[in-house]
Amino acid sequence: MPESPTFAQPDQNALLLPFAGSRREIAEYEANGGYSALQTALGMTSEQLVDEMIASNLRGRGGAGFPAGRKASFLAAGLDRYLVINGDESEPGTFKDREIMLRNPHMLIEGIIIYLWMIRGAGAYIYIRGEYAKEASILEGAIAQARAKGYIGSPLPGTDYVANVYVHRGAGAYICGEETALLASLNGERGQPTAKPPFPAVSGAFKKPTLLNNVETVATVPVIIGMGGAAYAGVGTEQSTGTKMFSLSGHVRNPGNYEMPLSATYRDLIEGKGGGMPEGRTLKAFVPGGSSMPILMPNQLDTGLAFEAVVAAGSMAGSGAVIVVDDRTCMVRFALRTAEFYMHESCGKCTPCREGTRWLTELLRKQEAGLGTLAEIDLLLEICNRVEGNCLCVLGDACAMPVRSHINNFRAEFEEHCRLGRCPCPDDAPMTELYPPLLKAPLPMVHAG
Amino acid sequence: MSDTLYDEIQREIAKYPDRRSAILPALRHAQEHYGWLSPEALEAVADGLDLPPARCLAVASFYDMFFLQPVGEHVVEVCTNLSCALIGADRLLREFERELDVKAPGTSEDGKITLRCVECLGGCGWGPVVSVDEEYEEHFKIEDVAPLLERLRSTSRPSESHA
Repeated sequence: MPESPTFAQPDQNALLLPFAGSRREIAEYEANGGYSALQTALGMTSEQLVDEMIASNLRGRGGAGFPAGRKASFLAAGLDRYLVINGDESEPGTFKDREIMLRNPHMLIEGIIIYLWMIRGAGAYIYIRGEYAKEASILEGAIAQARAKGYIGSPLPGTDYVANVYVHRGAGAYICGEETALLASLNGERGQPTAKPPFPAVSGAFKKPTLLNNVETVATVPVIIGMGGAAYAGVGTEQSTGTKMFSLSGHVRNPGNYEMPLSATYRDLIEGKGGGMPEGRTLKAFVPGGSSMPILMPNQLDTGLAFEAVVAAGSMAGSGAVIVVDDRTCMVRFALRTAEFYMHESCGKCTPCREGTRWLTELLRKQEAGLGTLAEIDLLLEICNRVEGNCLCVLGDACAMPVRSHINNFRAEFEEHCRLGRCPCPDDAPMTELYPPLLKAPLPMVHAG
Repeated sequence: MSDTLYDEIQREIAKYPDRRSAILPALRHAQEHYGWLSPEALEAVADGLDLPPARCLAVASFYDMFFLQPVGEHVVEVCTNLSCALIGADRLLREFERELDVKAPGTSEDGKITLRCVECLGGCGWGPVVSVDEEYEEHFKIEDVAPLLERLRSTSRPSESHA
């Protein structure tokens, strides 16, 4: 098996990862201009730094796309303020933060130090998902190197400010990517979301004002300080500036992470970078931003990658995880696998999510087995409506939104399962072994409901 | 409790303004020492953090990576989330089950290898992904199953001092 993972060649417009391979050594990073943005930042006031971030119009790369500069400006005053980096990357299909940490860890560390300086933070904690053991140890190594160089643990040049940076490993829970759940987990609780307010900007890590940002967002900070916010805002579209990492997976010739300007389209990504569909297959649908987002259809390939373009197409850009689905794939199975995931990851705290994700999963299991009814297809949609918008956090929506889109776009497939009393897909279709057909022969059409 | 685990927990506590935040790293260290979070292991974590054992159990039970039951010397985890499932993780899983003669989640009869399915590991473009003792093996193929199991059967888990 090849030395894994294998990274894609950089795009000519790349800003975050404009080189092949990795730069884990601080000397290599500095030789290529690394830590010079920190020097620039040390000559700026907090207000100037926040203004630069606002000028860049950078939108958060974790999934919600909230403007990073405005978020920073909301941070409450206080003696002990913390910076927390969300490296819990768990949205199915997403592996971009991992590539940033594997290939360019110092860019993240430099961004953290600049942000810490900006808020004069008492410390920064990188909350990295527990499964990323190798990445956590790479970050520990990068922190040790930055410490030896005097960037961490001793006063920054010309100041009396000391930056402290720690790695905090999670332990396997998707919900800990949600900001209040992440902070509960960091505070030593079960990783369950809490109601807002209080917002993290007022009470977060250790109940102190906390600025919480995604790995990619913070890794972009040195780029913005280096080139200037206004210049950064010149890349991409007006409302979605800069470049962004896209994780491409599924039925595509060249899966991998691709950094693209946000002015590009899904066609540029899937057909241009990804090389299109494997031989002999056609595109059935694609997930535009992680499995929690409504699925898009082949006629929507020219949709822009920009946040506003995906919303106009009826979905959301989310984490930038693009999952390509070919014509052999059973969309009932696809919906079921999606729902099962969210059921498993529901923290169980609020009723609509805990019960809704379970009922969606149970009914989809019946559908896939051919034991469902036509009336239950509408019941599934009804449950989606009752879940969406009624939960403590967005996990319930993350289950309801895609399932509704699977049904609405592929209703005929669901109905065929009901009519035949079995899954119509051949034995070599994807995911057959996960959901082996219960019965080869059609059932008698006697259904309750 | 062993001195080293206690010391490890104290070093973790020093990273945080509140010792309760050290509970995940403390549980991780305890699991490495004991192989799983036995009542004895949870007691050790509670002592190290000066927290009630029930709180340690309450937190541990929330997270997938903590084992509240004994597991094999090696843990093999197959990602069966969408991206991996689309490209053959389902057949990979069945091959592991066949070779080990165990249904996931479960442990082989000799107690050597625990097999389970996990949700997205974040290797979607390099799948299918299999995590072996917390190390990722990517682009995993059906032909890789037997050699991997052979290797695991002939080695003990490193870095472990089973109590």
